[in-house]
Amino acid sequence: MKPRLLLACLTTTDVVARARAEFDAIVTEGANDMTVAEVIQAANAHQADAIAFTNTLPFNETTFAALPASVKVGATISVGYDHVDVAAARARGLPVTNTPGVLTECTADHGMMLMLAAARRSAEYDRIMRKGWGYRIGQGDLLGVRVTGKRVGILGMGRIGRAFAQRARGFDMKVMYHGRTRLPPELEMGAEYFSDFHAMLPHCDFLSVHAPGGAATDKMIDAKAFALMPDGAVLVNVARGTLIDEDAMLDALKSGKLFAAGLDVFREEPAYDKRFAELDNVVLSPHVGSASKETRDAMGFRALDNIAAVLAGKPAIDPLWKD
Amino acid sequence: MSRPVLFVTRRLPASIEAQAEQDFVARLTDSDVAITDIVARAEGADAVLCCPGDVLDAATITALPTSVKVIGTFSVGYDHIDVAAAKARGIKVCNTPDVLSVATAECAMLLLLAAARRAGEGERLVRSGQWDGWAPTQLLGTQVSGRRLGIFGMGRIGREIARMARGFDMEIHYRDMTRLPPELEQGAIFHDNDDSFLPICQFLSLNAPGGDGTRHWLGEERIAKLPPGAVVVNAARGTLVDDAALIAALRSGQIAAAGLDVYNGEPRLHPDYLTLENVVLLPHLGSATTETRDAMGRIVLSGIAAILAGETPSNEVG
Repeated sequence: MKPRLLLACLTTTDVVARARAEFDAIVTEGANDMTVAEVIQAANAHQADAIAFTNTLPFNETTFAALPASVKVGATISVGYDHVDVAAARARGLPVTNTPGVLTECTADHGMMLMLAAARRSAEYDRIMRKGWGYRIGQGDLLGVRVTGKRVGILGMGRIGRAFAQRARGFDMKVMYHGRTRLPPELEMGAEYFSDFHAMLPHCDFLSVHAPGGAATDKMIDAKAFALMPDGAVLVNVARGTLIDEDAMLDALKSGKLFAAGLDVFREEPAYDKRFAELDNVVLSPHVGSASKETRDAMGFRALDNIAAVLAGKPAIDPLWKD
Repeated sequence: MSRPVLFVTRRLPASIEAQAEQDFVARLTDSDVAITDIVARAEGADAVLCCPGDVLDAATITALPTSVKVIGTFSVGYDHIDVAAAKARGIKVCNTPDVLSVATAECAMLLLLAAARRAGEGERLVRSGQWDGWAPTQLLGTQVSGRRLGIFGMGRIGREIARMARGFDMEIHYRDMTRLPPELEQGAIFHDNDDSFLPICQFLSLNAPGGDGTRHWLGEERIAKLPPGAVVVNAARGTLVDDAALIAALRSGQIAAAGLDVYNGEPRLHPDYLTLENVVLLPHLGSATTETRDAMGRIVLSGIAAILAGETPSNEVG
């Protein structure tokens, strides 16, 4: 008999097909992820062995209390797990997994896209085109900022930060980074380490954010940080919106301290600050850093692999904690 | 010696106009519009500094006043100038090679990423205020990293794109008339025919020159040979593309997305592009960075001055 799976979030057709082939699967219907109430109802009715979900489901004490004892593993189809209460899951003895690694390249690609788009004003240009264009733009007008050969600071030099650095090197950029610890030379690849984030900022023609969210990094990029950056810098965030003080960023975008910003994430999602939409010098993106068909398939498959491993009595491939 | 007279057909960046006034008796203009009365306004000028869109065909060049000895263009492309007609009259031509390769390659790489990752649709969604949440199936794009990129025209700009694309672990293929030496090829795979080249192009970047030899190169037949769901980028010349064929392929899905900086009939474009979500459109601003425009101005002004001084600068054309 196949193990019973509750696939609580929308995913790609290939992931759904594999879930149905390998599991006795209940899959969310319609256009939305299951709500907490729907997850609890379905998990109990189906006596689910496993739940696959994403950041739309708060996977916390309250949820756990209402889940049947049959649930032996939870798998979030995401790399971030702000929505998982790790301490509560540990206390219950419920293993939880995520999908690191498989979205590294895709997210780094998206970061580089936003950096180029912000520097070269592509969203603003596209709006000119959509109105029909029809006139010659002066040779000195609407100029962007060159990317190639400039200096980029990377905040958070994990997998995605390092993949971003690799792309930046293709543009002959000088790469600097700040993280809690210095990387060994084979991962650093010549990037310059700053143990003090603020000491790096005056050198950042570009700043790209790749650190995790959470209380430790909340508003790490604030008014003081912006003041330390060179005039006309460009900021890119494909990590978490909580890292940035958005009021301070709006001020910096309006004053010209920042030439432009490329944002895939916001402090509040999807109730994002609509003031960003009034500015021409931001490129906005709806949290699609990992949104390629190939990557979303890989993320879903990885979650299914994690679930299959745990249910077979093997260690999880990507556990959120190690005992 | 008195400074030579330079007629500038279009408004240029302020720093370049300042340099023109320093080195020449400069006739500047406030206009961003392509000129039609070039012959009259060049009267008495030693040199003309023009821009793409200005028509310097054989008839115009034949009618130019005899004072004109040099035509400089604020661009790398010079398909708007009849170089043979200029030569016949003893007028030399110079352009702005090299200095805009990097900016144009950046623009092509931006278009490639933006088209693949559906940046236009995402921007419009968030900007409209209608974005109502994250979903794993929302706006799924095409993966760029690790895929195959075909470059049609492996000149300076094509090679810059190849260098940038290697940072994304792309496999580089190219189609050109002749194979490059290994130090320029850098491991890119040469194709001497379309039939071997087109089917590998998950991404296709057009970087060939314009003109009759490449007119509508990307048309129905070649598009059919691309793998389904390919992404096409054009930051070179609008004439390389048959618009009707590209639009049909963007509608059918044969081409998943396109990124365009150049068009047939600029500054207008085929109106059907505006009805498509899966194109990213830029108004021919491939070289539009402050750094690049300044460098372009410096090189064309120094080329004009050198020719007038009887020298042969490296940016003299033909």
